[in-house]
Amino acid sequence: MSTNEHEGKPNLNSEENAPARRGEERLTSPVRGTGLFGAQTTGDTSGYGGLVVRGTAPLGSERPYTDPDDPHTAFFDDVADKIEASLGATDVGYGDAVERVVVDRGEITFHVRREALLTLARRLRDDEALRFELCIGVTGVHYPSDTGRELHAVYEFRSITHNRKIRLEVACPDADPHIPSIVSAYPTNDWHEREAWDFFGIVFDGHPALTRIQMPDDWHGHPQRKDYPLGGIPVEYRGAKIPPPDERRSYA
Amino acid sequence: MSTAPTEDYIDASGGDWDQVVEAAQKSSAERLVVNMGPQHPSTHGVLRLILTLDGESVTEARVGIGYLHTGIEKNMEYRTWTQGSTFVTRMDYLTPLFNETAYCLAVEKLLGITDSIPERASVIRVLMMELNRMSSHFVAMATFGMELGATTIMTNGFREREMVLDIFEHITGLRMNHAYVRPGGVSQDLPASAIPKIKELLVEMPKRIKVMRKLLDENPIYLARTRNVAHLNLAGCMALGLTGPLVRASGLAWDLRKAQPYCGYEDYDFDIPVSDGGDVYARYRVRVAEIEQSLRIVQQCMDRLQAGPVMVEDAKIAWPARLAIGPDGLGNSPDHIAHIMGGSMEALIHHFKIVTEGFRVPAGQAYAAVESAKGELGCYAVSDGGPRPYRTHFRDPSFVHLQAVAAMCEGGSVADVVAAVASIDPVMGGVDR
Repeated sequence: MSTNEHEGKPNLNSEENAPARRGEERLTSPVRGTGLFGAQTTGDTSGYGGLVVRGTAPLGSERPYTDPDDPHTAFFDDVADKIEASLGATDVGYGDAVERVVVDRGEITFHVRREALLTLARRLRDDEALRFELCIGVTGVHYPSDTGRELHAVYEFRSITHNRKIRLEVACPDADPHIPSIVSAYPTNDWHEREAWDFFGIVFDGHPALTRIQMPDDWHGHPQRKDYPLGGIPVEYRGAKIPPPDERRSYA
Repeated sequence: MSTAPTEDYIDASGGDWDQVVEAAQKSSAERLVVNMGPQHPSTHGVLRLILTLDGESVTEARVGIGYLHTGIEKNMEYRTWTQGSTFVTRMDYLTPLFNETAYCLAVEKLLGITDSIPERASVIRVLMMELNRMSSHFVAMATFGMELGATTIMTNGFREREMVLDIFEHITGLRMNHAYVRPGGVSQDLPASAIPKIKELLVEMPKRIKVMRKLLDENPIYLARTRNVAHLNLAGCMALGLTGPLVRASGLAWDLRKAQPYCGYEDYDFDIPVSDGGDVYARYRVRVAEIEQSLRIVQQCMDRLQAGPVMVEDAKIAWPARLAIGPDGLGNSPDHIAHIMGGSMEALIHHFKIVTEGFRVPAGQAYAAVESAKGELGCYAVSDGGPRPYRTHFRDPSFVHLQAVAAMCEGGSVADVVAAVASIDPVMGGVDR
């Protein structure tokens, strides 16, 4: 005899409905692509033109981060503990700073809220238990489908003392593309941040001179964003015309 | 010497030189802003230095880059993962094999096939990278000599490099822009005739290095131009993110080949040359010692070369044909053409699919780094699960190192700027990508 008070109604929270819940999650996950075979018009007879392909929803890894079978992951739990302990000494809590942690392909990525980035960067540099002396730089990635978090800034840090490498990922919306600069902690990031501003339009607040670095000073737009066209002209070779790369058939 | 900027200055960044000289003679200002480059014989390509001079000394040095930006990272997003090799080889054109290997290691990490790369392919990669390290260091020394007016060093350096390039041409078909290292392995096996050529280099090169050392190590003019010039200590190197010969010349034995081995470097026996001079001379000594260590590694590669495949087994990733070397780079494989055109329809479909569509890479992100001749060369790759990169970014060591120009040059004399920039050994193809 069931004691479920919602008898007869689907209980969305119970474990036996897990597959249905996953389906709902699936529908909220970002759209990765639509259509297939380049079919965009009414001439589509394959039926694949209306296909919607969804990417995986962003998931965080659960502790333990260290996989005993993979030596590359050996320090992951330790470094997460050390960061947690180190942030305890500041006014930013670990839970406020780190949204989630992803362990994938033998690398650990800390998704950090932008408000906490500078504090965390300083702790990474100064805390003896962490000692990430070398910042490998920052680069942008544009995910137009990741609504509210379109622009990501990805930082790699290397510790020479402990021979470790971690990655920080900070997201900001297109409408408010501001991320604090960490040049005051890692001067090497000067040009990297200028490049990320130039190519993605991420404004690094507090940067000493955030100007374009690769593109001319009077350039409009940020060329490595996904909504910026590649441009190009068709190439003619022995009578055949080859379209520019961005207009060629895509199998994605 | 005062480093405080004066309000009154003469802008010598171009225009009519008669007017500039006239203004300089009229004015009492000592401060002169000189635009060095972007087209200047001693700036290693299209590098622009904006120098503020007070007499002969540099009070402010700024660097302008971007004159060789070719959009390689963006272009790669519209090509298959395999075609990416062809792009990255053109970034830092003096270290093409490092670019290709860093890229391929990142793609292989994304594919999860790092451990299934055949042993022979890894040995060939190491062999090619170490030869490339030698050729890159020879260019660094040769151009350095030329910029200081020592043309013998220049001709010697380029002559030595030619030996390496001959081997590259023999193996890959091209002297530069090889696209030889591909995701999954290398594009083709070493030809048997390459072995005697490499052995010849192993015999000849130590003599050439000895000549170079004899010419430079204790040369009083060279010492005067390089000792205590463009000094940068270890703290400065770390803050500015410097790696490679620059940080090793400041006393830190940091080398990714030892710290985070890849391609089986943990199995090779070699030393990390270190100097604590922190100046231009120390950087030269580190480079020349690294060439000697590279020779050791090449020798070990020759001993380790065992017969076997040079591409992963997975037919969904591996290029289907064994290509031959043609007169202008890679040529066709007649056997393969006969097979797909006359033998097997499935093979033809497979060939068509993998060449036009390419392979798909599971969604995710990865960072792979190699110790290039210039420092840490990293490749950050993002895949959305499709047959093309979603984003690739290269952390080129020259890009990072050029930030150190101000720290090395300010307060020094204008003649030492040339030495400082040459000791960084920047290649603008890599800086601007």
